[in-house]
Formats: sequence, C-alpha cells, structure tokens
Amino acid sequence: MKQLAILFFAFLVTASATSTVHAAGAAGAVDEVSMNMRDKGSLQNGAKLFVNYCLSCHSASYSRYNRVAEDLEIPLALLKENLMFTTEKEGDLMKTTMPMEDSKRWFGVTPPDLSLAARVRKPDWLYTYLRAFYLDESSPSGWNNSLFENVAMPHALYELQGVQRFVGKVDPVELAAGDAHAAEGDDSGANYRIVGDAKFELVHPGMMTPDEFDVAMADLTAFLTYLAEPAQLQRHSLGVYTIAFLIILMGLCYLLKKEYWRDVH
Amino acid sequence: MAIHRHDNHKSANAFMEWIDRRLPVTKVWNEHLAEYQAAKNLNFWYFFGSLAILALVIQIVTGIFLTMHYKPDAALAFASVEYIMRDVPYGWLMRYMHSTGASAFFVVVYLHMFRGVIYGSHREPRELVWLIGCVIFVALMAEAFMGYLLPWGNMSYWGAQVIISLFDVIPYFGPILTEWIRGDFVISDATLNRFFAFHVILLPLILIVLVFLHLVALHQVGSNNPDGIDIYDHVDENGKPLDGIGFHPYYVVKDLVGVCGFLIIYFGIIFFAPDFGGIFLEKDNFAPANPLQTPPDIVPLWYFTPFYSILRASNDELLLYMAIGTGVIAVATIALAKLNTMAKGAVAVGAAVLIFALLNSSGKAWGVILMGLSIVMFFLLPWLDRSPVLSVRYRSMPFKIALALFLVAFVILGYLGMKPPTPGRVYMAQFCTVIYFAFFFLMPWFTSIGKTKPVPDRVTYDAH
Repeated sequence: MKQLAILFFAFLVTASATSTVHAAGAAGAVDEVSMNMRDKGSLQNGAKLFVNYCLSCHSASYSRYNRVAEDLEIPLALLKENLMFTTEKEGDLMKTTMPMEDSKRWFGVTPPDLSLAARVRKPDWLYTYLRAFYLDESSPSGWNNSLFENVAMPHALYELQGVQRFVGKVDPVELAAGDAHAAEGDDSGANYRIVGDAKFELVHPGMMTPDEFDVAMADLTAFLTYLAEPAQLQRHSLGVYTIAFLIILMGLCYLLKKEYWRDVH
Repeated sequence: MAIHRHDNHKSANAFMEWIDRRLPVTKVWNEHLAEYQAAKNLNFWYFFGSLAILALVIQIVTGIFLTMHYKPDAALAFASVEYIMRDVPYGWLMRYMHSTGASAFFVVVYLHMFRGVIYGSHREPRELVWLIGCVIFVALMAEAFMGYLLPWGNMSYWGAQVIISLFDVIPYFGPILTEWIRGDFVISDATLNRFFAFHVILLPLILIVLVFLHLVALHQVGSNNPDGIDIYDHVDENGKPLDGIGFHPYYVVKDLVGVCGFLIIYFGIIFFAPDFGGIFLEKDNFAPANPLQTPPDIVPLWYFTPFYSILRASNDELLLYMAIGTGVIAVATIALAKLNTMAKGAVAVGAAVLIFALLNSSGKAWGVILMGLSIVMFFLLPWLDRSPVLSVRYRSMPFKIALALFLVAFVILGYLGMKPPTPGRVYMAQFCTVIYFAFFFLMPWFTSIGKTKPVPDRVTYDAH
C-alpha cells in the first residue's frame, strides 16, 4: 500500500506540473472544430471539396480512390463520374496531375502531400487555417494567412468563402473570456468574423455565407482526418468487442484463480 | 547405447517416458514450472515479470508481420509504413500493436525494475539476476532506438541524428566512430538498412538469450517475495518450503488475470488512442524524413526522456555545482568515515582530480557522460544498497524518503525531457539530476542509518 502511495504521489506531482504548463499555453490560436466521424454525409462532402479544391495541387498519395469510396459509402459509378479527375482506375493512388517541378517553380515550394496532414497538424489547426486566409497585396500570391504567416499557398477556396480583410489580432484575454465573438457582425453592418486569434472583415461575399463556409470546412477537416487514418472508422467498433471480450475473460480467469488458490492457506 | 542419466521425475505415460529418456521434458516442466517453488504472497508487483515476456512475444510476432510488408529503403520506407496502415488487411492493427507494444514493454519493464528495488530483489543472492536484467534493459533501449528510425519519419531521422551525434564528443575517436555507426556522413539509407538488420535480428536474438539467462539465474536462486525473506529457511520433511507453492498452476492462473488486465489497457490504447496524445506516436513522425527541415522540438519517445533530460541538463553551471558537491562529499567522507590515512588521502586526491576535470571541460561532454552514468548506476545497485533488510516493508525511514524523492525526480525528468527546454525547466532538470545521482551515490549511507523494522520469520499472507 505504501508503495502505491509513493507512486500516486509521483503521478500527482507530474500531473500538477503538466496542468500548470497547459494553463500557461491555454490561449491557443486555433478554433475547435466540431466534426462527427460517423457522419458519412459530412465526410462525403469533405471528399467532394477535397477533390475539387485541394487535389489540383496537393496529392494524397498514400490513399486510394476505391478505399475512400468504400469507407465513405460512395457508389463506384458516382466516384468515377464525380470524384476521379486525375485517373481512370479506381484502385489508383490519389495523386495530383500537377508536375512537382512546375509547382515548385510557381509557388516556391511543392505543395505537401495531404494524406497525413491531420496527423502532422491537428484537426483544429487545419480547420482554423482553412478559414484564416486574407487579402495581402504585399505577398507574391496576393494572399496571406493569419495562422500560418507568409504561407506560399494562395486562398484556393475564396470563391466559396469570399474575400476577407485582416482587421487585427484579438487580445488573448478577450479571446479567452469569449467576449470577442460577441462582436461578430455588429450594428455598422460590417461582417466581422474571428478566426483563431485574428479578426477579419468580409469585404466581398462568396458563394457561401460565413456559417455555411464554417460547416463546409468542418466537413473538409473531417475528411482530412479520415484520410490521415482510414482505420479509425474500424478500430472503435473492433475495440469495443475486444475490450468486452477481455473483461469477460478476466472475470473467468479471476474465478479460475480463486478456485485454484482455495487450497493455499 | 545405454542411457546413463536418470532422474526421478515420473513420466506421465509410456509416450512421455520414451520422450523423457531422450529429452528432459518432464524434468524441465517440473523443475521450472510445476515444482518451482515461489512464495505464496507474491502481490500485484509480481505480474510485471511475466508481462515483460508477453510484451517481448507480442513485439516479435507483430514484428514478423510488419517485416513482410516493410521496405528498409530510404526512398520507400515511409510509404511502406503507410501501405501497412492502409492497404494491408489489419496492417494498422499490427503496426499499432507494435508501436504501442514498445511503450507497453517499457512501462512493464520500469515497473518490474521498481519492484526489484522496493523488495530488494537485486540483493544477494540475486545480483546476477539483476545484472542480466540491467543488460536486458540496455539491449531493449538499443532495440527501441533502432526501431524508431525505421518508419523514416522526420522525428525518426532527427532523433537518430541527435543521439548518434552524441558520440562526437568522445575525444579524438568521436567523429570516426559516428561515421562508422551511421555508415555515412549523415543519417542515410546505409544507416536505415543496418538499423533494420540490428532491429529485426541481432537485438531480438540478444534479448531472447538474455531473457533465458535471466530466468535460469532466477531459478537457480529462487524468487524473492514482498517480505524479502528466504522461504527455504522453513521447509517440510521433503525439503519443500512451507510458504512455497508451485509456479504451475498457482502463478500461471494468477498471471492470467494480470495478462487480461494488461491486455485491456493495451488494446484500449490501440483501439481508442493509438497516438496516446502524441506520446506513443509523435506527430512530427507523420511527416517523411527531411534532412533540410528540423522538427520544431526534437524529443525522443517518453521512455528515454528521463535520461535525455539528464543529457540536456548538463551545462557549465551544472559542472560548477557538481564540483562543489564533490568537494562537500569528499570533505564529509574524510571527516566522518572510519578510514585510514591512506584511504583518506586517496579520497582527497580523487576529489581534487574530479573537481579539476569538472571545471576544465564542457557541459555538453559531461551531459553524455552523465547520461551514460545514469544507466550504469542501475548496475551498481546490489552493492550500493547496504540495508540489513531487503523489503521496503521493513526498511528504515531514510530509505523510504530517498526512494520517494528519486521516484519523483525520475518522473519529473521524464516529463521535462518531452518539453522544449526553457531556463526554468533546465534549472528544474538540473535539480532532479542532482537528486537522481544523490540517490545512488548516497545509498551506502542512507541504507545503513535509521531503524529497520523486525523481519518476520514466515511470509505475510492472508488467505482469502
């Protein structure tokens, strides 16, 4: 018992040290994405956005079209007709047709492969990043991003979101208190929006309203999250059965142990 | 040809008799399982020995399946891991079982070692069991380090780069040695291929042989128990210890419960949090190795971080403290210990040389020395520990306090090693490094002072 108390004390010290550090870094500049990995409709919409807006420059070169179709319950005919623009074979990897030398020349950097983007960057980061592009005359592409300063990527989704103007950074204290979001869309009629820790004004509306765009980006983030680890759709259900089996097995083993140990005095 | 050797192990039937005359199956079964006597009061802490063997088996079996699809080639390795994760049926399960298994192995081994320390299992007559165990620990660290390069992620690459570069601080031979280890001037395809060879065949073979020796040595001297007393002090008319029970079936069925408990946690992580919040699978390792782009913070996996923290804690400031500490300990030894004049002179000269060396060398080089020393200390434990009793149940208060401090320092060092260093954290790591080494260096002293409790004659056991 004493040893357990010692162990417990050690963990307590570590835990308190950890929580202090987290508290200090709480003013994270990313928005929390709300996504449901079981919502096939949301994942399908994300897949549609991905092949239409991302795949022209970025690859997802560890992922195959037919696997995506199978996991997301997309009929093969629909897949071929609406989602496969880079190849005719449904078993092919999702590779962009843009030559790497060209993209390197055009953007200064080859657009990174997105198969694992959601594991390298977290989903919340992606969701914030996708919504944080703004007009910036001084940058080579004409765009900039408040989460990823001076990113080489232009705003690929501006026709959906519209064009944002950067107003300024929001005070972290105000952001943490939740006051900042209250000022969105004030009485002057200007359409303000807070993304991460930056305040934007929508100067030119896109095909979607800001709320619709947020939902679309959550769908795209969900798809990227799926893309980073397709097995996550299976492992939860398999896990429930495995753990349930092991708990029953443990109970039986315990009874067996008790039976055998009855004659140990 | 007549068979000369006979033993009195009764074969179960004619078939087994035929076998037993040629291969000692019944003899080995009886001596090492059915009639191997273990104290009847082995508790929770005794699960981790058999669990460590289970972890080794899991790593070997899942490793075989991974090897069927993995490509040890710098151009193909990263993609082949993703191929296993996506295209190989249940490849993801094998990979997560292997990656989580590595961490589980270390969790189990650390707890197993801690059990040894608290119940005095490293003490006479089990010194060799402990020493072989320490070699297993070092081999396991090498195995894990080399395995971590194989996914060829960016953290694999830079982690290996940082750790192999440590050998550069060795005077004169350093650069040649690092080049020899890597097989190139940088981490490259050559390094990946040799690490693959070591990881899948050399070190597993070494580990299996060492585990075998660990068990042979253990069965030679017999298992310890939470009371740290010898169960063979009280035997019945047949020479069987009164407090002993056969390993099989008693501890086999008991360990089955432990195995289930382990598997519930293990598969819980695999199925519901395989990254374990970036601790078991680091996020930077999901980007392919890129020699031109260093990850923001290069951190090893959690099981190396206590030692990594000690490495990073060492700077010129720490050397000054170490020099002062050496001086204080030397003066105290000369003033207080019962030594003759020769020995006192030797202590004074040794301390003076050490202080001179500390003040005239770089903190980085000492970091490597301290990190190596921090692992070597475990080997010395059987001789540093002077307590008249084995088990923590009967040890003196100074030992318990020192052990608690060590445990806290070890856990904090492990935590700090996962975080980028800030001045405050470096200071904290230095403080914990001092506690870490003080635990070992002062052990001969604090284990021989204080009042120990009387050790019982027979093991403490309540039948349920």
